Amino acid sequence: MHRRPTRVLAVSAATLTALSMAACASSDREETSAGGGESSGGTFVFGAAGDPTMFDPAFATDGESFRVTRQIYEGLLTNVEGSADLAPALAESYEASEDGLTYTFDLRDDVTFHDGTPFDAEAVCFNFERWYNFEGLAASPAASEYYQNNFGGFASTPDVPSLYAGCEATDEFTAQVQISQVTSRFPAVLALPSFAMQSPEALEQYDADELGGNGDALTYTEYALEHPTGTGPFRFDSWDQGNGEVTIVANEDYWGDAPGVSEIVFRSIADGNTRRQELQAGSIDGYDLVAPADYQTLQDGGFQVLPRDPFNILYLGMNGGNVEGTNANPALQDIRVRQAIAHAIDRETIVNSLLPEGAEEAIEFVPPAVDGWTEDVTTYDYDPDLSRQLLTEAGALNTTLRFYYPTDVSRPYLPDPAAMFEVISQNLTDAGFTIEPVSLPWNPDYLDAVSAGQADLHLLGWTGDYNDAYNFIGTFFADAGGGQMKAEFGGWSDQAVFDALAAGDAEPDIDARGELYAEANAAIMDFLPAVPVSHSPNALVVADDVEGLVPSPLSAEDFSTVTIGN
Amino acid sequence: MLRFIVRRLLQLIPILLGLSILLFAWLRALPGGPALAALGERATPQRIAEYNEAFGLNEPVYVQYLKFLGRAVQLDFGTSARTGQSVTSEFFLRFPGTIELTLFAMAFAIGVGIPLGYLAAKKHGGFVDNASVIGSLLGVTIPVFFLAYLLRLVFAVELGWLPGSGRQDVRIDATHITNFYVLDGLLTREWDAAWDALTHLVLPGVALGTIPLAIIVRITRAAVLDVVNEDYVRTANAKGLATTTVRNRHVVRNALLPVSTTIGLQTGLLLSGAVLTETVFAFGGVGSALRQAISDRDYALLQGFILILAVVYVLVNLLVDVSYGLLDPRVRTR
Repeated sequence: MHRRPTRVLAVSAATLTALSMAACASSDREETSAGGGESSGGTFVFGAAGDPTMFDPAFATDGESFRVTRQIYEGLLTNVEGSADLAPALAESYEASEDGLTYTFDLRDDVTFHDGTPFDAEAVCFNFERWYNFEGLAASPAASEYYQNNFGGFASTPDVPSLYAGCEATDEFTAQVQISQVTSRFPAVLALPSFAMQSPEALEQYDADELGGNGDALTYTEYALEHPTGTGPFRFDSWDQGNGEVTIVANEDYWGDAPGVSEIVFRSIADGNTRRQELQAGSIDGYDLVAPADYQTLQDGGFQVLPRDPFNILYLGMNGGNVEGTNANPALQDIRVRQAIAHAIDRETIVNSLLPEGAEEAIEFVPPAVDGWTEDVTTYDYDPDLSRQLLTEAGALNTTLRFYYPTDVSRPYLPDPAAMFEVISQNLTDAGFTIEPVSLPWNPDYLDAVSAGQADLHLLGWTGDYNDAYNFIGTFFADAGGGQMKAEFGGWSDQAVFDALAAGDAEPDIDARGELYAEANAAIMDFLPAVPVSHSPNALVVADDVEGLVPSPLSAEDFSTVTIGN
Repeated sequence: MLRFIVRRLLQLIPILLGLSILLFAWLRALPGGPALAALGERATPQRIAEYNEAFGLNEPVYVQYLKFLGRAVQLDFGTSARTGQSVTSEFFLRFPGTIELTLFAMAFAIGVGIPLGYLAAKKHGGFVDNASVIGSLLGVTIPVFFLAYLLRLVFAVELGWLPGSGRQDVRIDATHITNFYVLDGLLTREWDAAWDALTHLVLPGVALGTIPLAIIVRITRAAVLDVVNEDYVRTANAKGLATTTVRNRHVVRNALLPVSTTIGLQTGLLLSGAVLTETVFAFGGVGSALRQAISDRDYALLQGFILILAVVYVLVNLLVDVSYGLLDPRVRTR
């Protein structure tokens, strides 16, 4: 008992010694095991910004889940590598009937699911029927959000229109899918990860549709958590939830080119600085969502920064007061005032000083990579004198506008909302407006206020789901009911815009559709319901010995082409 | 002693009841809601209403609370909105990591703090004393995320000595039985895995340990300064006892009493989840899970974790009180 203090000191000394030994000895270890290169044994470690939710893509809504399921599953269609254009995947080709309501898919005949189940037309119809027959919690918006947004209702909800009208296996490798109306969404949505093909046997064996609900949440099935079964180049191996690590391994029986690495580990590292330092330390081989400020440092350090083509839009929303119950400024109903705002914005400065390298000035509401983008729209160059002149003509000089911007948020199209507000606010003041700033927390205050039409001006944007102009301009400016656009855009009403959008959406021929959307873009830029500002890229980064990762504008990277340490 | 323990355990009940009400009210007052968090910024009001309906979020708050309480007494804290797993299993999946990290951080804080505090007191007013006072001030004031950044920059990026995040190298094939990775490595004789897990504790452990370290240094220093001026120490010196005997028997033993209390309280604090440290080191413990749950508005997980952690904190405090009795005969006889 009397000796205990001595022991405490001795233990202290021993701890210190152990600490320093740990540091020194591990230095030898790290040199051999880390570095992400030849010693990694074909394992590619990727730093994700968050944890996935689960791996049944039909129920997933978040990017981190989709990043994993994209490697495990394949859809009938996919996107051309590095682009948003459609490409064949499990369907080698497809053909639309003349009325545009029946699609015939010719399937690959050399594909099996990871559990050995053959992939054929029956499996395709099984998947379509599965989605259409979701019931109970599986049919709740939290579970099958993507299906409901794109296909509408279920068999169990006959009052909600359904785009899906039936599926028939006309022979072993030919599937015919019927839809209820022509829309530009179909078949483009089949490239979305949500509509990937899953093994009918595995789905049944693990009761994939039996979602549970308890208290505040959905409980996912054994299938979604432990047995996701697709046809992709990688098979699911394990998910260590405590450490946020998902491991997938190469599928030896893959029908296409064998994957370049034998294993991929997705590690969840929430903090952006930690991701960068872990790459620099060699603990991971790459990561997503590189901070624009880190581009140069990383490139100087020999890392490959891979920017994605911009596939988003930042706009300045305008609300002219057509929505009852909001006190939006009626001065905005004068087209000259809206034009004055558009001419007042110095997009060049914004793109050069506030957005990452590769950002572009926007002249319309779809990015240049989307079919239907056109140069033939009315453009509004930066010209504060012209703005002032237009305002004077409209008798609206010194009009006060309540300009809403969000706090506590950074979006790919809007990395720093406060800075963006400062610049645009100064531009508008220079042109002769009086700006009344209103800042609100992003969720839900800002989004609620803006979508209810409370703001005269507001900053918001959109990232596309697939290469279709309607996914952008239809989301914003289509008739939201009653011959008006949605409240966010002040219930603007312009028949030319509505007609052009509806015509484009209903056109089955892709080339003709592109032309119709170009007309819609021109009509929108004439009417000017809002002001397009910019398209911003975001980027991935990988170590210098990583090859074959092609950045996708849709963040739909295929990791099977990745090789390391060559 | 037994009565003392039972009384303290009974006191837990009103504490937990009060805490659960506060938590429930606070979480419901957070801006946004689980529906918006789950459905995203483009969710229509109709979708949000359907979501709230499906998950019982439409019911009056007191009904939601009573339902929650009814389940909680059966150790059922519901299901995490993010992972769909039971909150209790989520907790036990992550708590071992937090315990390992806490133990390492406290070992570091005690191992460095007590000798340093003692030395500072011995060299009162000298260089070591001033350095330790300033150092411990820095220890409490440097933000953890900045310290984490520096530590990782030096030891992981530049020197490459230590891993900079996580609990184990993903390239190591380790068997996990208890989820205490170091222990698992020893149990399964996978020495590589055990060693790797230990090295993963060093940087987050040191970053996390700086605050208790600073406090322990200051308390030890003050306690030793107090004790060396006591009459019995003067007497011991006067009767010609060897310096080491005086130090070990009379000075350190008495000075350690307040230090042991500090150690206990700090251990309880660290066990309650080092949210920042675990987040910046991507360390899979309860702290990083709490952070994720806040941004996901994962009510069930937040409520469950915080309540369980409150129980842990109270139990650790109880342990401190009991051990105080063991260390100090005066307390024991009372």
